[in-house]
Amino acid sequence: MGLSISDEKFKGRVEEGINDDFMRGAVRSAQERLQTNRLAAANELGNWEEWRSLGEEIRQHVLNNLDYYLYQLSENVSKRGGHVFFAQTAEEASRYIKEVVQKKNAKKVIKSKSMVTEEIGMNEALMEAGSTVVESDLGEYILQVAGDHPSHIVAPALHKNKDQIRDVFRDRLGYTGTEKPEELAAFARKVLREEFLSAEIGITGCNFAIAESGSVGLVTNEGNADMVTTLPKTQIAVMGMERLVPTYEEFEVLVSLLTRSAVGQRLTSYITTVTGPKEAGEVDGPEEFHLVIVDNGRSDILGTEFQQVLQCIRCAACINVCPVYRNIGGHSYGSIYPGPIGAVLSPLLGGYDKYKELPYASSLCGACTEACPVKIPLHELLIKHRQVIAEKEKRSPVAERLLMKAFGVGASKPGLYGAGAKMASKVVRPFLKDDLIHKGPGPMKPWTDVRDFPAPNKEPFRDWFEKREKDRGQKK
Amino acid sequence: MRVSLFITCLVDMFKADVGKAMVEVLERQGCEVDLPKGQICCGQPSYNSGYLEDTKPAMKQMMKAFENADYVVSPSGSCAYMFKEYPEIFAGDPVWEPKAKALAAKTYEFTQFLVDVLKVEDVGASLHAKATYHPSCHMTRLLGVKDAPMKLLKHVDGLEFVPLPNALSCCGFGGTFSVKMSEISEQMVDEKVEHVEETGADVLIGGDCGCLMNIGGRMTRKGKPIKIMHIAEVLNSRD
Repeated sequence: MGLSISDEKFKGRVEEGINDDFMRGAVRSAQERLQTNRLAAANELGNWEEWRSLGEEIRQHVLNNLDYYLYQLSENVSKRGGHVFFAQTAEEASRYIKEVVQKKNAKKVIKSKSMVTEEIGMNEALMEAGSTVVESDLGEYILQVAGDHPSHIVAPALHKNKDQIRDVFRDRLGYTGTEKPEELAAFARKVLREEFLSAEIGITGCNFAIAESGSVGLVTNEGNADMVTTLPKTQIAVMGMERLVPTYEEFEVLVSLLTRSAVGQRLTSYITTVTGPKEAGEVDGPEEFHLVIVDNGRSDILGTEFQQVLQCIRCAACINVCPVYRNIGGHSYGSIYPGPIGAVLSPLLGGYDKYKELPYASSLCGACTEACPVKIPLHELLIKHRQVIAEKEKRSPVAERLLMKAFGVGASKPGLYGAGAKMASKVVRPFLKDDLIHKGPGPMKPWTDVRDFPAPNKEPFRDWFEKREKDRGQKK
Repeated sequence: MRVSLFITCLVDMFKADVGKAMVEVLERQGCEVDLPKGQICCGQPSYNSGYLEDTKPAMKQMMKAFENADYVVSPSGSCAYMFKEYPEIFAGDPVWEPKAKALAAKTYEFTQFLVDVLKVEDVGASLHAKATYHPSCHMTRLLGVKDAPMKLLKHVDGLEFVPLPNALSCCGFGGTFSVKMSEISEQMVDEKVEHVEETGADVLIGGDCGCLMNIGGRMTRKGKPIKIMHIAEVLNSRD
């Protein structure tokens, strides 16, 4: 499927989201839980702002020296006997992985959670080639069984509650237990154990690759990535080209920022780094190791006004505080990357034709920017998108452009504004009822469809002030 | 102390009473208040919609209007913050960058000015009512004015204060967002109204007329009898 998860228009998707009370209830409670935990974990450090600054600095340093660190990483992976493939596009990445799977004649692939493999549409490519692909992250597994898409980058099945999950397992897998999470998890664990043991190839994403050692760092709570990287004979790790750190020292800082921001934990249950195939004398690990480094539009973002979006460490803190996401859910964004980060990233990776509405799906409240552990100015990047859409690409509606031009002129000519302000009260008089406008004309309609609009002052404030000054002058 | 009002287009055209209250509070504190002519709008509606070039003339107009001011004080955290953005917008412009920096440096939101510059927390106000307070996003997160309003409200005689649940979540105004994405905005304002109702307050206080118009407009539409007051009106109240 790739980046896009829907062919429906944005308005329709939003309407669907808003009308899904079930999903909205699940999102609300998840957001509140995740926000509370995140704040507790951040405040516990006592100097969170310093941590954020350090995180930002590390990410910017890597982005500004990306060529150097990518070279170092690939050299070190090769030295340890691994294969490195740079994929310029999603298709190239999927094709390479498919070739490896075909060469191994693998019938079954098991994978841990990875957004970039979603982005490149890897599962579909492998299934087309006749392999079975099994998701081993519990959330992803539920969605795979249900035939659904992720609605959140960390908790992909956040939009489903336990009753729905029980139904999915019952209808698709013959599950007969209750909706108790422990029981559901135990059932999935049993099924997945068989899959782990019979899979020939394991595929993981990569939270951060470590350039100095050629390692791939993986952060999970379920330990599934450890199974994926130790049991199958062939391992493939897929990473976005910006997801790396120079050394273990920076790895530690970013992992701390990630786990605290994503799930409010000091550390997750499993933090693993894997380095190449197993060497002589080692007992576990794969016999063959491939690292696929995916560009897919990222290098086009480097050096532009949007470069900061590449600082993202995919923690979803912005999603967990977003009031828009809260009300429309992840699927409304039409992209595997939802919420504020998705509204910035999706148009860059997938183009404005498909995603030009997303930068407007924000009240610019700044909650995302405040929550981001690596200080991406998300709401400012949304305004930058709007600038590109309105001024560079001229894709905004003509009526809006005319209105904004008129506004610009009116707001720079005091005489014009003064006359308008005086007239406003007369112009809207026919629409007034109890000093409120209940049904506004033209551009006001969307406002008054939802809420009343106040009547303009009978005299603008400035007229009152001037009169008062004059009166005072006379008194003196 | 000479204070120049940056009255904002919303107060000028729709909420003159807020402006009047602000003038009276400031004068009671011994300020000499003026209203520089030529000021119109900070340009935020069109700037936030992506029309940077179309907005620059409005911004320049504001810089000219306030050139001779000592302190620029606004009854809106959001509009005051827009002035703080000017230096970045005009960065590298030899004529306008210095003016933008000068304006940003002397601009304050109303409660921020009272608490941080005038060093006053008790303005002698009284309002016998049960009230809650909505901290607007731009004022709180972007301008960083978090405590000043609460410090001032604490000293209002007779005010029974009830904290607002999920206070920091956006009310759904967002300027043009409220009309461009009105369906989403509606859900957000409904949640805000729910929380205001939960407090059992008779008065909702805020520091930004945009948010108050949004929440208030939704409350009158739904027939909720909760009074909306800008914090300047509360601080000017003597009941």
